[in-house]
Amino acid sequence: MTTNLAAGVEGSNPALNITIFAVFVAITLVIVFRASRNSKTASDYYAAGRAFTGPQNGIAISGDYLSAASFLGIAGAIALNGYDGFLYSIGFLVAWLVALLLVAELLRNTGKFTMGDVLAFRMKQRPVRAAAAVSTLVVSFFYLLAQMAGAGGLVSLLLGIEGKGGQALIIAIVGIIMIVYVLVGGMKGTTWVQIIKAALLIVGALVMTFWVLGKYGFNLSSLLHGAVEKAGKTGEALLGPGKQYGATGTTKLDFLSLGIALVLGTAGLPHVLMRFYTVPTAKDARRSVVWAIILIGIFYLFTLVLGYGAGALVGPDKIKAAPGGVNSAAPLLALELGGPVLLGLIAAVAFATILAVVAGLTITASASFAHDVYANVIKRGKTAAGSEVKVARITALVIGAVAIGGGILANGQNIAFLVALAFAVAASANLPTILYSLFWKRFNTQGALWSIYGGLAITLVLIVFSPAVSGKPVDPKTGKSASMLQGVDFHWFPLDNPGLVSIPLAFILGFVGTRLSKEYNAKKYAEMEVRSLTGAGAEKAVQH
Amino acid sequence: MSSTEQEVPGDSPPLDVWEEAHNSAEFQQLRTRLRRFVFPMTALFLLWYLLYVLLADYAHPFMSTKLVGNINVGLVFGLLQFVSTFVITGLYVRYANRNLDPIAEKIREDLEGKTP
Repeated sequence: MTTNLAAGVEGSNPALNITIFAVFVAITLVIVFRASRNSKTASDYYAAGRAFTGPQNGIAISGDYLSAASFLGIAGAIALNGYDGFLYSIGFLVAWLVALLLVAELLRNTGKFTMGDVLAFRMKQRPVRAAAAVSTLVVSFFYLLAQMAGAGGLVSLLLGIEGKGGQALIIAIVGIIMIVYVLVGGMKGTTWVQIIKAALLIVGALVMTFWVLGKYGFNLSSLLHGAVEKAGKTGEALLGPGKQYGATGTTKLDFLSLGIALVLGTAGLPHVLMRFYTVPTAKDARRSVVWAIILIGIFYLFTLVLGYGAGALVGPDKIKAAPGGVNSAAPLLALELGGPVLLGLIAAVAFATILAVVAGLTITASASFAHDVYANVIKRGKTAAGSEVKVARITALVIGAVAIGGGILANGQNIAFLVALAFAVAASANLPTILYSLFWKRFNTQGALWSIYGGLAITLVLIVFSPAVSGKPVDPKTGKSASMLQGVDFHWFPLDNPGLVSIPLAFILGFVGTRLSKEYNAKKYAEMEVRSLTGAGAEKAVQH
Repeated sequence: MSSTEQEVPGDSPPLDVWEEAHNSAEFQQLRTRLRRFVFPMTALFLLWYLLYVLLADYAHPFMSTKLVGNINVGLVFGLLQFVSTFVITGLYVRYANRNLDPIAEKIREDLEGKTP
């Protein structure tokens, strides 16, 4: 195992970075242990007893959503590609309106813990729960891989650990801390970790944003001018769209496809859906989305300034040359502004971000397996008290191990690609099914199975045969292809992002599948509609 | 501490009560009000977003037109997406508080009052 503590970002102090991060872990662990004291039932473990307030849950949602990919990734993309990086954040934000208007409240009123609950309400329990669990596990897996792979890159950047063995060790440590959060704290502990992390992240970004703006007399135009100047003769291209995606007709279509998947994917992400169950009523679910929209929107405005700020103050050449490449824009900006201490703080926040997002994903995936597959598909709803939570804990352990292993293997993969993949699956397999289920009276089991499995299969096939996996031209400078696999070419689908094809197809499949089956339960739909709109008979908060 | 969680929703009224509630004029009004707001609003913001993406994708010269200093049309358009998201959020909350919550609450109380 080779670890090299001297390298990393020049001027960074690995010991300081580790100390600040250790303090964060220590504080959150204490809170997680305290939070776990009253945790007994399935409702406590999966949904924190439904006792969080709207604002608390809103902060936690933004903590869940603002992953390392969106903090480091978007700031870096803006620093290097200018306007095209900004486009990502707009898709990520507008997407929340789908959740607010169509999904959050109705879902909260209809289900208990998972997406499978909503589907199973009026359809055949076992097949739809199994399908919902499969797509939940697939989305969570890709998202987890992205975060864990990001941890590896971040380590080389912030702690100066460049050897693969040393990075693997750090990925394992991150995974183990995350497992402790989930096993001990359940949803309550995990939510508090999200809240603390979101507060640190947003405050950190706020301070840096004002710092950068202050350097330019609080004039956005002069900041942009600074970024253009620093980038040299290609600088002007930073201000308009097209630097990254404008090259050919195919890349433009790819961007359109990505834009659609981003805006429709959020409301189908299982770890976002599950957060709506942690509040006592639908009105609190609404309040949480409002808080999330405000916080996420403000945060993305900060990243706009931070990205151009990194471009202006650090410069694209230095960012590209740093370990971690594009992801190093925000940390390098912190170093430039506040020296090693600010870098240490931002580094710790970035680590905390990965840790918290991974914990949120793990609890979602384990809940889906224990609640949908174990309790309702295998045991047909006849489980002894406590055994479901036990299974959920064991599942969390397994998922944690898989995340560590996968993260070590995926180390070095493109994070943004893995995240986009998760969004594409969520938008294709989950969203059509949820919307049909909540709003279409005639929808039935076959329709749900066709839209989930069909959407999932189409997305995965298109990705496997996309240029993202094989067949991108070899870059003469690095001698490597930008595809995941080197030296082979079996792609026939022209786009990296499948959403443009897979999302409409999944909607059509859900429709056709429904029409071809006679099954449907008008009485159950009437009940579901009354429950979903009024909250009558909805799961209440647990009184402790 | 007491665990009040119910694995079997024992507090739900029998099915015919749900159907009755579903057919009531009040519920139909609630349903119409909800759908009349959320469906057109969803269409609106998705079209507005799509317009933005298409312009950013296919109308580079237009989006790069400078308005004030280095602030160009594209940046203003992008920031307007933030503004529209915040405004629609605010409009929905106001609409739901005024036009949806009171009816929903009344129907819910009626239904839960019928619980044995």
